[in-house]
Amino acid sequence: MHLDHGNDFPERHTHSAEAIRPDGTRRALRIGLGGPVGTGKTATVAALCRALRDELSIAVVTNDIYTREDAEFLLREAVLPPERISAVETGACPHTAIRDDISANLEAVEDLEDQVGPLDLVLVESGGDNLTATFSRGLVDFQIFVIDVSGGDDIPRKGGPGVTTADLLVVNKTDLAPYVGVDLEGMARDAKAQRGDLPVAFTSIKAEGGVRPVSDWVRERLAAWTAENAAA
Amino acid sequence: MAIHHVTAPVAGAAARTRPPEPFKERAARPPEPGPVRSGRPPEPFGNRAARPAGSRAALLVLADGRFPAGGHAHSGGAEPAVKTGRVRDAATLEEFCRGRLHTAGLTAAALAAAAAAGLDPLVLDEAADARTPAPALRAAARRLGRQMMRAARAAWPSPELDALAAARPRGAHQPVVLGLAARAAGLAPLDAAYASAYEAVSGPATATVRLLSLDPFDATAVLAHLAVDLDQVAGTAAEAAARAVREGAEALPAPSAPLLDITAEQHATWPVRLFAS
Ligand SMILES: Nc1nc2c(ncn2[C@@H]2O[C@H](COP(=O)(O)OP(=O)(O)OP(=O)(O)O)[C@@H](O)[C@H]2O)c(=O)[nH]1
Ligand SMILES: [Mg+2]
Repeated sequence: MHLDHGNDFPERHTHSAEAIRPDGTRRALRIGLGGPVGTGKTATVAALCRALRDELSIAVVTNDIYTREDAEFLLREAVLPPERISAVETGACPHTAIRDDISANLEAVEDLEDQVGPLDLVLVESGGDNLTATFSRGLVDFQIFVIDVSGGDDIPRKGGPGVTTADLLVVNKTDLAPYVGVDLEGMARDAKAQRGDLPVAFTSIKAEGGVRPVSDWVRERLAAWTAENAAA
Repeated sequence: MAIHHVTAPVAGAAARTRPPEPFKERAARPPEPGPVRSGRPPEPFGNRAARPAGSRAALLVLADGRFPAGGHAHSGGAEPAVKTGRVRDAATLEEFCRGRLHTAGLTAAALAAAAAAGLDPLVLDEAADARTPAPALRAAARRLGRQMMRAARAAWPSPELDALAAARPRGAHQPVVLGLAARAAGLAPLDAAYASAYEAVSGPATATVRLLSLDPFDATAVLAHLAVDLDQVAGTAAEAAARAVREGAEALPAPSAPLLDITAEQHATWPVRLFAS
């Protein structure tokens, strides 16, 4: 049992990125949700919780830019008991808190695991940001980038780290496509060009069962990650 | 935890001409300070051997605004000061920073210097509580201390940091952790005082750039104008730490800024705010 430094870098206590903890148990899978303001990150988190909470032990960390609205929305919607939802304050700089200085988010994740664990899944929602905002690998295992059709169908073509490298790209609010004159096939082509084999999900999160493509992807990731990191 | 191996710390310019000091101190220190590492073989020479212990350049790493220790989410009292109009331009920002530096800044810098000098960090943590009457600021200091601890242990692994982390899992006061991090990096008490004092003004300055859309060149000039004050505060803090080594933590200064305490409590109740404190 290692309570302190191993010989390898990075040492295990530095960012708790190791899947297996010092005591041999496995920490929760961490999935980040990022993307521009108002694209449906919180709606996706809420829908994922509803879809998965009966089969998985879940907690959520929200990163609001200057309010606690996301956390409060999730509480109001009662998608999870309040002790499973934690809000991090980001000091006017949401991408800093998920990429450059992840310490507050890591602490929120670890506290949730300590207080309500063991957990299978922790969802970390970034504050709405720009197309370059991505999560540090020290904070999450996988990231979902959520854009929507009303931001314009040229977003996938513009690319940027979120669109290009996220483990799952979600193009949300497809129900609005006819009203904003968006060419969904063109978006799919552009996304494919930017992302190669990385998956893209077109969703209408608010519709009945609309989160299905995302929840299926999360289940797959969790199964693969769990198999890879069988507890010691 | 005992006050182990306390050398009379050096203040002022003398510290700068004595880079070998930390090596000597280290060698004289007992190898196992706490229960955390008991029964373990001596520190393996993995990546530690490659680390240039005692390098003065470590101060640049520690004092870098990008050091990932949570500071970016805190305004150091600037957010309520901007809201009430007390800080509204570069000139008022400078006054705000000078006031904070010579009060809460000096208190923090002396705690950091004392931790770097080898005073018992748990005693210093209590001293910090006693010098931080506002509950909101205590909570912020501990939260930031916990975040600083994570970054410090990654950057400068040390049994002393491990021992403090084990004793204060929810976080010790940030200046104490900062000082212990400086010590782990082989830096002198004066260096720790500088890092802490600089943070006391750079935090509010950065926050004000965001809050007021202040010209970033003006904000940087404000920090440059404060250089002499920073020298003075860091020097005073290091001297106080040297006294505390001989006389105990009571010798550390305790100036505070009541208005910062009051506005911090008010700020903590705001439903909408950009910064955590
Ligand atoms: N029409 C439609 N509206 C949606 C859909 N998904 C989310 N919305 C709405 O879009 C608005 C923003 O959704 P949120 O989930 O709050 O978006 P967000 O990305 O979390 O926003 P920020 O956290 O503020 O960046 C809300 O009014 C949602 O009800 C969808 O699939 N279709
Ligand atoms: Mg949201």
